[in-house]
Amino acid sequence: MKNEGETTERPDNTAFTQQRLPAWQPILSAGIVIPGFVVIGLAFIGIGIGLFLTSQTIQVLEMDYTGVEKDSPCFRCTIPSLQNCTCEVTFSLSALFTGPVFFYYGLSNYYQNFRKYGVSKDYYQLAGDTQYFKSPQDVCSPYSHDSKKNPIVPCGAIANSMFNDTFELYQIINVTKKKVPLDGKGISWWTDYNIKYRNPSSVNGSFASAFDGTVKPINWPKAAYELDLTDPNNNGFLNQDFLVWMRRAALPQFRKLYRRITEGDYAAGLPAGNYALTVHYNYPVLSFDGRKKVVFSNVSWMGGKNDFLGIAYLVVGSLCLVMSVVMLIVYAKFKFSDDNDA
Amino acid sequence: MSFFGLDCTRKKEKEVERKIRANDREYNSSFKYATNSIKTSKYNPFTFLPLNLFEQFQRIANAYFLFLLILQVIPAISSLSWFTTVVPLVLVLSVTAAKDAIDDINRHRSDRKVNNRKVNVLISGKLISEKWMNVQVGDIIKLENNQFVTADLLLLSSSEPLNLVYIETAELDGETNLKVKQALTVTGDMGDNLEALAAFNGEVYCEPPNNRLDRFTGTLTFGTQKYSLDNERVLLRGCTLRNTDWCFGLVLFAGPETKLMQNCGKSTFKRTSIDRLMNVLVLFIFGLLALMCIILAVGNGIWENHAGSKFNAFLPRKENTAFSAFLTFWSYIIILNTVVPISLYVSMEVIRLGNSYYINWDRNMYHARTDTPAEARTTTLNEELGQIKYIFSDKTGTLTQNIMTFNKCSINGKSYGDVIDHYSGQRLEITEEMTPVDFSFNRLADPKFFFYDHSLVEAIKLELPDVHAFFRLLALCHTAMAEEKKEGDLVYQAQSPDEGALVTAARNFGFVFCSRSPETVTIEEMGIQRSYELLAILDFNNVRKRMSVIVRNPEGKLSLYCKGADTIIYERLHPSCSELMKVTTEHLNEFAGEGLRTLVLAYKDLDEEYFSEWKQRHHESSVALEDREENLEKLYEEIEKDMMLIGATAIEDKLQDGVAQTIEQLAKAEIKIWVLTGDKQETAENIGYSCNLLREEMNDVFIVAANSPEEVRQEMRDARLKMCPATEQDKFLIPEVILGNTPKVVLDENVNGDYGLVINGHSLAYALESNMELEFLRTACMCKTVICCRVTPLQKAQVVELVKKYKKAVTLAIGDGANDVSMIKAAHIGVGISGQEGMQAVLSSDFSFAQFRFLQRLLLVHGRWSYLRMCKFLRYFFYKNFTFTFVHFWYAFFCGFSAQTVYDEGFITLYNLVYTALPVLGMSLFDQDVNAGWSLEYPQLYVPGQLSQYFSKRAFMMCALHSCYSSLVLFFVPYAATYDTVRDDGKDSADYQSFALITQTCLTVTVCVQLGLDLSYWTVVNHLFVWGSLGMFFILTFTMYTDGLFQLRPSSFAFIGTARNCLNQPNVWLTVALTAILCVLPVVAYRFFYSQISPTINDKVRYKVRQMKEPAPRPRRTRLTRRSTRRSGYAFSHAHGYGDLVTSGRFLRRHAPARSLGLIPTGRSPGFKPTGRSAGYSPVGREQNPKQKVEPTSLQMFRAVKDSSF
Repeated sequence: MKNEGETTERPDNTAFTQQRLPAWQPILSAGIVIPGFVVIGLAFIGIGIGLFLTSQTIQVLEMDYTGVEKDSPCFRCTIPSLQNCTCEVTFSLSALFTGPVFFYYGLSNYYQNFRKYGVSKDYYQLAGDTQYFKSPQDVCSPYSHDSKKNPIVPCGAIANSMFNDTFELYQIINVTKKKVPLDGKGISWWTDYNIKYRNPSSVNGSFASAFDGTVKPINWPKAAYELDLTDPNNNGFLNQDFLVWMRRAALPQFRKLYRRITEGDYAAGLPAGNYALTVHYNYPVLSFDGRKKVVFSNVSWMGGKNDFLGIAYLVVGSLCLVMSVVMLIVYAKFKFSDDNDA
Repeated sequence: MSFFGLDCTRKKEKEVERKIRANDREYNSSFKYATNSIKTSKYNPFTFLPLNLFEQFQRIANAYFLFLLILQVIPAISSLSWFTTVVPLVLVLSVTAAKDAIDDINRHRSDRKVNNRKVNVLISGKLISEKWMNVQVGDIIKLENNQFVTADLLLLSSSEPLNLVYIETAELDGETNLKVKQALTVTGDMGDNLEALAAFNGEVYCEPPNNRLDRFTGTLTFGTQKYSLDNERVLLRGCTLRNTDWCFGLVLFAGPETKLMQNCGKSTFKRTSIDRLMNVLVLFIFGLLALMCIILAVGNGIWENHAGSKFNAFLPRKENTAFSAFLTFWSYIIILNTVVPISLYVSMEVIRLGNSYYINWDRNMYHARTDTPAEARTTTLNEELGQIKYIFSDKTGTLTQNIMTFNKCSINGKSYGDVIDHYSGQRLEITEEMTPVDFSFNRLADPKFFFYDHSLVEAIKLELPDVHAFFRLLALCHTAMAEEKKEGDLVYQAQSPDEGALVTAARNFGFVFCSRSPETVTIEEMGIQRSYELLAILDFNNVRKRMSVIVRNPEGKLSLYCKGADTIIYERLHPSCSELMKVTTEHLNEFAGEGLRTLVLAYKDLDEEYFSEWKQRHHESSVALEDREENLEKLYEEIEKDMMLIGATAIEDKLQDGVAQTIEQLAKAEIKIWVLTGDKQETAENIGYSCNLLREEMNDVFIVAANSPEEVRQEMRDARLKMCPATEQDKFLIPEVILGNTPKVVLDENVNGDYGLVINGHSLAYALESNMELEFLRTACMCKTVICCRVTPLQKAQVVELVKKYKKAVTLAIGDGANDVSMIKAAHIGVGISGQEGMQAVLSSDFSFAQFRFLQRLLLVHGRWSYLRMCKFLRYFFYKNFTFTFVHFWYAFFCGFSAQTVYDEGFITLYNLVYTALPVLGMSLFDQDVNAGWSLEYPQLYVPGQLSQYFSKRAFMMCALHSCYSSLVLFFVPYAATYDTVRDDGKDSADYQSFALITQTCLTVTVCVQLGLDLSYWTVVNHLFVWGSLGMFFILTFTMYTDGLFQLRPSSFAFIGTARNCLNQPNVWLTVALTAILCVLPVVAYRFFYSQISPTINDKVRYKVRQMKEPAPRPRRTRLTRRSTRRSGYAFSHAHGYGDLVTSGRFLRRHAPARSLGLIPTGRSPGFKPTGRSAGYSPVGREQNPKQKVEPTSLQMFRAVKDSSF
């Protein structure tokens, strides 16, 4: 419809309305694509070599202690009725295991990423909101209340299933066992420890009173406020092992940091020699064909040992180079010129 | 925004008969007739929200998301928070609602504008200016000249003698010639006597509201008398009063009950072929979704049976396996819902709207003379413009301007009209800059007439007898009427524009036709007034193809002047003219070759004795009851022989600017153009030649003009046999075979050589019968050019429907008049030529602009870009959503099929809305492979669109496969890269949140890079969008993972700290780089190889552009001069009948001309008869009887003849 009163309907002459905006118009010409592939290929091979070599320098020691096999040291602990079973796994190092050494426990066939498992926790509770102590959120079900309708704190499947094997490491020097100090501080994320999880404030000066009216998770031997009685900063929801466990894994096979070996004689690493690992075997995994293992590893700038990235970079880089050669051949054979009937 | 687009379906209880009493509002209001206000808007402020929401949820996509929302609030199923669906849904709904609201506001505005027009209404004896909307049935209103008719009126009286009014029906039927309506004498006698009118208490009983434009029945009871009323007494809303000072009318139907409004019809909602493809694809996607969910549900069942049941120690579950699988199915329906992208439809709308605005904004489609920009009236069909295969064009007003100009002539063997360069002797192209001939010596000259060859005027001034005879003939031998409005300002009313052009030419060259009476013709010859006695008019008809007049000049000499078709006249020339004939023939060929319409002029001196004897016989024959026609024919034949040739005229049916070039361009783009015109065969053919549709070099031009179905079939078979002799034999059988199986698509057949087909309406009626339509279609499609002449509007639509039915092709119809409305509505795309009077075509069109030549820009530039952009958009959109979704599918195998999402819920919500929305929108609004100049330079670029090459089921499958690959990379590379690895400080990095962040970062970067690869036109906006979106991803990710937001709502922002802890890791970035490269490089390689091994036309042109740096200057196309050797240029849009009227005074005494007069056409186009097939040129009916054609025009003569007889 034309509006009366306007003298002219002539559209504006702007680059935008006339679709004449200046623009960069790249095209996939041989002059760009082939050198591009070469450059990317070379760069990838370079990075790949770096990654691969770095990965090779990382030392990893992995030991399955589930005790499935009859001759394994922890076989006897696999009987479910047995309480407080302890077993010892020995190993020897032929060379220095360069420090700092990280001590992980690993689980496999364990679905921490199962959706209903993953949602089964109460963020408000874990942020120290005592209101939710009395009535945990429904998502925690069936671990929100015990059979007597008492609220569980911390509620939910994740907390309930917290890993509770403990380890002690000894170096065996001439029959005597020298305990290797394990550092359990600072093994969780800074944000988890400082922001995401908060203990409830003490009631009448007693931390435990804050948990009045609640019960511990069903599988737990002791309540949350008793996780580490020696160090108030490592107790309750701020217990490092608890925090590590609560950060659930993405895949059904995972490892979690247990301790760091950074102190005393072992600051530079684990010297060559024989070692004994004492395992307080509590955590049942055999019912679901799970496996438990301990891992000692050191790290580099690229993190833990992972050969995949290096190899992938090398393969992709080489493919790029091969492809650029093929392209060159194709280009030489077919190159369509401008003088034909465009 | 059409104010005719209202819903006409609203009905109260059925009205059987309408009773109206004039000037009695009370009585009339008891029937609750509609008032004159119209309402085309859909909503009001209160009904907007519920109605609009109701409408929107009728769309399957929106309903689907509502369903998802319901699923999501069921706790057992809910795998995602409700806000992941609500946020996009609300956004989509509000964008659509906003668009609907704006549309409706515009409709309200146009309603208001129409409703508030003013008209004079007679209320209690006084004329009061009222708004249209307040006019009621039974009111008497006064219309003045050039006013729109307010409502359907019974004409009461008028300012003109005999109670006539002249109306223009352009808005109703697109015809610009005037129609006549006449009031009853009994009402007409009231004149403009307000007292009489106010006292008028006639009662009208008439038919209920209906949409028949050409029919009206009713009676008027006034006093004691009853008068019957028909269509001739009625003025319809939509007409305009012309040449009539005033008239009074009684409102019969008002507002929505007027015939115009009843006739508006439900304009069918057009969808593009992409839309239709999308519907199929969406179904396919639903199938894919169901399949994936079933696989995952089964997987869940198996997993529960094996691993899951044992995992109960840490995660007890109550459900049994089957129920768990069932719930999993629905949970995955929620998670994988992103394969049906919610924002897809709304984005498509936005893109189409944007591209429509480009059409509105294009200065190259703006016509300065009429101040008309192009307008995309339907904003949902843009990409269809890039796929047109067939164009159906009207002729008059579309290809031509409907202006005839006297262009050249040949007098006594000398050709005039060309401008010859003095030095080179070459003919020059006539341009605006040349000085036209100065006609100032002639005070009666028409200033609008231009002629460039000065030698003709010199010849006139030299008083060469042949030249004088030539123009004297033109001034005498015609049936035009002259009217001298002011002193020296002559206006000719000619029955056809050709004749007008000839008489005007004679006028300018000094032989001015001044006036006529039944017995005389007065002309001014070089300033001297002379009166010729008109003794006989041997009128024109289609068989005779000539007309003659017999006059006695003031000196008493008898002459016969004749003009007509070359072939006809040549047979009747005196043998002594043979020399002259040869030269003239050469000239005629030359004229015909230039596409001019030619007539040959001849004269003959008669001797008195013979003539009086002939006259006697003529009189006897014309009063005889038997064989009158034949006898007259013989008499004419007898006297029109042994004539002396004078010369020939050449009239140019002026084409719109640039028509020939446009047609050439469109032909290069492999678009087939069919001309469907109501004109005569000769004129249509002529235009075919002049605008390059038909060419002399064509192997053959078949003309199908037969009178029986068998002949038509035979002619078409002959044509096919000629075009394709080798394989024709077995093909005869095909139609029958196919007919049994109701064919879907008729494939194109290869033909050697170029052929043209001209078929007339009569034959077309047979050809469109169901048993012959395939034969016709095949024949027509084998020809390069098809011209259908003398077709009715209905046939136009039928032809379009036929092509739509059997050809898998997109059609476009372009026209300017109401007779084109049916085909404009029938075709996939309707284009109206705007800027002229008669808006009906424009109002029912999807796109409108002022000139035919803009069509090439609309299709080759806007259409192509729109299609390209839409296809790129769809390909990319599916890619990004599939890739996004499939990752969940792979993850299912590693999370116990538990419907665990890979990504953070915030990311899921924002992915389509924020992170990837703008770059792809930017691409679909700005992308262009080559600029407009090159698009026009290489019309071949248009071809891929016709073949739907850019987006098809195949392309969709490729997208899905590509996505599948990308999603595998996007899942497994992060999987492998984080598997059992840790951060550089030894802490975990394989936790779920980190993995989610890594994957979503990889995904966002990958789809951005992929977009960058697809984007071939990086404007500032694109840079801003691409980099901005990428930046936005990181900004929002970091923001959502901050401490503050977590403390605000811990459960929603549980990913606190993940970004900080994860994105500082070098191997995370190496993973991102690796995935992006792995996803994109194969695509680059594929495209490179593809463009090298079989480069597309786009590749070639882009490569060429790259080398040229700037567009090459477009070659100036000069009009080729063609030499014709076999074609007659005769074409004369003239109908039989004026001659009788001019010579007989009889009809002055006829009070009312017989039968309906309103909407029967004159020469220009057949009337709009919106009834069934039989309404057209049915093979059985005898509607082509030329006699019937006489009547409408005869009425226009009333005044002229009456004046001249004073």
